[in-house]
Amino acid sequence: MRDSKHALESVIHGAFLLLGLITVGCVLLITVYLILSGIPAIRQIGLFKFLFGRTWASTASTPQFGILPFILTSVYGTAGAMAIGVPVGFLTAVYLAKAAPPAVKGAVGAAVSMLAGIPSVVYGLVGMLVLVPGIRTLFHVPDGASLLAAIVVLAVMILPSIVNVSVTALEAVPREYEDASLALGATATETYFRVSVPAARSGIAAAVVLGVGRAVGEAMAVMMVSGNVANMPSLFQSVRFLTTAVASEMSYSSGLQRQALFSIALVLYLFILLINAALNFFLKRGKEE
Amino acid sequence: MKKFGKIIASALAAVMAASCLSVGALAADLEGAVATDGSTSMEKVIGALGEAFVEENQDVTFTYNPTGSGSGIQAVSEGRCDIGLASRALKDEELKSGLTETILALDGIAIIVHPDNPVSDLDLETIAGIYTGQITNWADVGGEDGEIVLIGREAGSGTRDGFESITGTEGSCRYRQELTSTGDVITTVSQNPNAIGYASLAAVGDSVKALAVDGVEPTEETVMDGSYTVQRPFVLVTREGETLSEAAQAFFDFAVSPDAADIIAAAGAVAVNAPASEDAEADAAE
Repeated sequence: MRDSKHALESVIHGAFLLLGLITVGCVLLITVYLILSGIPAIRQIGLFKFLFGRTWASTASTPQFGILPFILTSVYGTAGAMAIGVPVGFLTAVYLAKAAPPAVKGAVGAAVSMLAGIPSVVYGLVGMLVLVPGIRTLFHVPDGASLLAAIVVLAVMILPSIVNVSVTALEAVPREYEDASLALGATATETYFRVSVPAARSGIAAAVVLGVGRAVGEAMAVMMVSGNVANMPSLFQSVRFLTTAVASEMSYSSGLQRQALFSIALVLYLFILLINAALNFFLKRGKEE
Repeated sequence: MKKFGKIIASALAAVMAASCLSVGALAADLEGAVATDGSTSMEKVIGALGEAFVEENQDVTFTYNPTGSGSGIQAVSEGRCDIGLASRALKDEELKSGLTETILALDGIAIIVHPDNPVSDLDLETIAGIYTGQITNWADVGGEDGEIVLIGREAGSGTRDGFESITGTEGSCRYRQELTSTGDVITTVSQNPNAIGYASLAAVGDSVKALAVDGVEPTEETVMDGSYTVQRPFVLVTREGETLSEAAQAFFDFAVSPDAADIIAAAGAVAVNAPASEDAEADAAE
């Protein structure tokens, strides 16, 4: 009896290990594949020319493969989305975790979760049909498909990550801290921002990094609202992100152009790795505290 | 799809019996491989034709290598494929080198604007001027004052390649937006009163206005008779005087038969051979 139980246990352990290894295997496979397929074009074009070239003309008679416009667009686009999304998301989280009456909290929480579940193509479609024409009429520019449109869409898309993770972090702050602050005569608002938020800061930082990751990696929605021209980024110009550079040309590409697209994917992958490293750093620090 | 397959099956049998090119072989017994190579613009058309053909001839392997018109012509002349695919007419020296062209279909590219745009007719030169950024305001071409917004396709797209080569604007178009599908171009143009774009004629509906070019409205008829100039042929290229393999010949006959016209139309091009319904009697009479 005992032996068979033991055998069953080890079988189950083995199965779990195998399933766990599938994930690890996928990551390794993708990493190795991206590096192998991304390196050749970089070597042929030259790392400096590739990363800092300002012109992307992949199908011209003398093709040029400079991805600086894409890198800067991704950086500016993400920064812009954070500039809008972080304050809104952070303050929403403080309100939900600390100040909101239960009924409001339930309703807003449900709405935030719903926002997280909307497919990105729907964000793109709404952006294309509402936001892009809106920007055109509001700012009197000839066309609304622009970096600004992408920033607004991304800002909305990252809200759920920021709100949900921040709320969890804020709710984990021990009640005693806040009680002590209140007992010393601090107002409720002072307590939220001077006691609760600092105590939850590593969790909030993780929420922000998670938002950055989502914004950098988003392709579909931004492709539909940003216009996709390889311009150097400017708020009302049509721009192309790292993600959309890969996605928009992949289907018809061939030769060096295709290899260069893999190289862009590799650069994007490195960005995501950095962001993940930052996320792990914040989460670990949170645990140590 | 099944019904579709049946039509093709009967069509194929009829064609084969009539042409007597494959000696007594029934469609179902066909074996071998058909290798095609060339134009990326023809991907949809040739993909649909290949799929329909293979469905009826399960033992035939059909391959399509999307390399571009030039490479496809090169490949067929070197014997690396059975049928070359080109989305342009062959040049004189290519014809002289022993290649034959068979026009499979015509691809009309509509120049589209917002329905409220008063402009309804432009000549080819003006269109080129607009796309290269020499003309930037609708007022200069008879419209209302407003900066022209250029909508195009992504690099590598067959429609972009076709449009730019016909208007002579290769690599010099100043796009405001490069979108990745015909549908996106049409939606975007329908949203912006100052936009101009181009899209495959078959895909254009009521949400946008297709411009007349040099006074000719883009319709299937004007594409067919050649009076609408923003068009290009989809060409099957073969080596002159050389017989194709049985399978390749069967595919060739199928592709140019009137019965393939519906498939070609569904893939967005205008077939040169009229659809089966209109020509059925004529065929029978022959």
